[in-house]
Amino acid sequence: MKRKTRTAAQPAAPAYNGDMRSPDEKTPVPAAAPQAAIAAPIKAQAQKLHFYYGGTVHALKDINLDLAEKQVTALIGPSGCGKSTFLRCFNRMHDLYPGNRYEGEIRMHPDNVNILARQVDPIEVRMRISMVFQKPNPFPKSIYENVAYGLRVRGVRSRGLMDDKVEEALRGAALWDEVKDRLPDLAFNLSGGQQQRLCIARALATDPEILLFDEPTSALDPIATASIEELITELKLKVTILIVTHNMQQAARVSDYTAFMHLGELVEFGDTNTIFTNPSNRRTEDYITGRYG
Amino acid sequence: MGPLVTQPLDPVNPPAQPSRFAYQARRHLPERIIQWILFLAAFSAVTVTIAIVVILVYESLGFFRHVSLWDFLTDTQWTPLFSDKHFGILPLVAGTLVTTFVALAVSVPLGTVIAIYLSEFASHSVREIVKPFLELLSGVPTIVYGYFALLFVTPLLQLFLPDLPGFNMLSAGLVMGIMIIPYVASVSEDAMRAVPMHIREGSYAMGATRFQTAIRVVTPAATSGLVAAYILGISRAVGETMVVAVAAGTQPNLTWNPLEGAATISAYIVQVSLGDLPHGSLEYQTIFAAGLVLLLMTLAFNVVGHLLRKRFREAY
Repeated sequence: MKRKTRTAAQPAAPAYNGDMRSPDEKTPVPAAAPQAAIAAPIKAQAQKLHFYYGGTVHALKDINLDLAEKQVTALIGPSGCGKSTFLRCFNRMHDLYPGNRYEGEIRMHPDNVNILARQVDPIEVRMRISMVFQKPNPFPKSIYENVAYGLRVRGVRSRGLMDDKVEEALRGAALWDEVKDRLPDLAFNLSGGQQQRLCIARALATDPEILLFDEPTSALDPIATASIEELITELKLKVTILIVTHNMQQAARVSDYTAFMHLGELVEFGDTNTIFTNPSNRRTEDYITGRYG
Repeated sequence: MGPLVTQPLDPVNPPAQPSRFAYQARRHLPERIIQWILFLAAFSAVTVTIAIVVILVYESLGFFRHVSLWDFLTDTQWTPLFSDKHFGILPLVAGTLVTTFVALAVSVPLGTVIAIYLSEFASHSVREIVKPFLELLSGVPTIVYGYFALLFVTPLLQLFLPDLPGFNMLSAGLVMGIMIIPYVASVSEDAMRAVPMHIREGSYAMGATRFQTAIRVVTPAATSGLVAAYILGISRAVGETMVVAVAAGTQPNLTWNPLEGAATISAYIVQVSLGDLPHGSLEYQTIFAAGLVLLLMTLAFNVVGHLLRKRFREAY
């Protein structure tokens, strides 16, 4: 891949400033921003990100987070801490509901574009940042058509290309061998774990740059969970991954970086080993050791 | 706590004092009475249905003693009130089917489009305005629709089709279609709104637009409800009386051409039952035979609808 990458040490060149909104002046940069150095190139950066539900509920407060390219970043924290809200900012899911408001930026590289900017088309964002949901949500279509969906909405017509992409995506989601003889079957006939892998295949079929996982195994049994986790560690060879999980063991198993969130704030961020063995914040330590949450 | 003592049950001399767990009739008697009242209420609906079917079948049997089933189903003329009597139900069935088809050609596309708009596109405030108008449309008395068809739509159509007779099935069917739009739209919209949000979000997350999501994901997911809406529309159209009686005429006419006038089953029944036919005569019994056919047609559509719904039912 010839894509230019950028490291945290390099200042982001203002090649294209997609954001015309003024930065939020009410919240100055905190003195001790919970920011950890990332050794890998950066794929996306949340900067001074605030989010409001319906204009009133201040759900995310001044989030600063760098997403390492082709690494797994886990978001952990107690229920209601805003980790799913944060995740859903990345593909502009909040745009679907009236009254929601973003402030601040999520800058995506290599374009260095703020994907929250008003003149950025949310559909273009979603075409590059795919998402896998908490509950498997296959469409009422065949297995084949579920995977082909993203290509169809992009206007792909070639049957040959479609077949190749569907097979590649199903192989990537470790589902091909189980479904290759029943591609015309309705997706609902698959088991829960298979449905979730189908949803991963659906997300992979369009070659996303970032893959968002919103508690992808919370509706699955332990065996299906293990296969999804294995898949995630394989997928990071190709794609940047951000995963929300309420299962700390899962975060420890699959992620390279971990962010701990609490009450809409990013409390601590660092490489997963450090966060789990030597957290610097008391709240992180309390949560990880199971004292609350 | 003392040791556990069990008293052996003496069948001859039961304990004089009632135990704490004795049956409390005061509590259970009202429960039983209420249960019976509820049962009777539910049963009355069943009773009435059975009574209607029994009467229809009984009076029809009288009719079929004089007219063979074969003639009834194959004769191409329906002239029970003339001296040259023919009892072929086909002209009435044809009239019913043609008007129903025209009505569906209007109400299914329009009703579905309205449902898609209301469920997937309209903002809350727009929906609050459009829905009362739809409900108003369903509140208009059918006789008003009938005169609307006869005195407004037919003259309008005659501007484009000069040969169109004053009584015609096209006009009746079109107006009947408008009449059942609210039913189709409202049930369809309910079906589409019942599609869970996380299915829609899955589509949006793949980069689909609103329209792509509505057409490719929500509509297939709501298929069973949409089929139910269409079946409801068919049932209303098949049984609708006033619009067709006023606008399509009462002349039995075996034709599949909506540009002609023809009586439907329901229009014939209303025509005959308004007259002063002697009770128990053959002419009188024809309306029961016709009514039975109408009932069977509605039943057949409902059964087909039920099967289709089962076929399309999606498990979210």
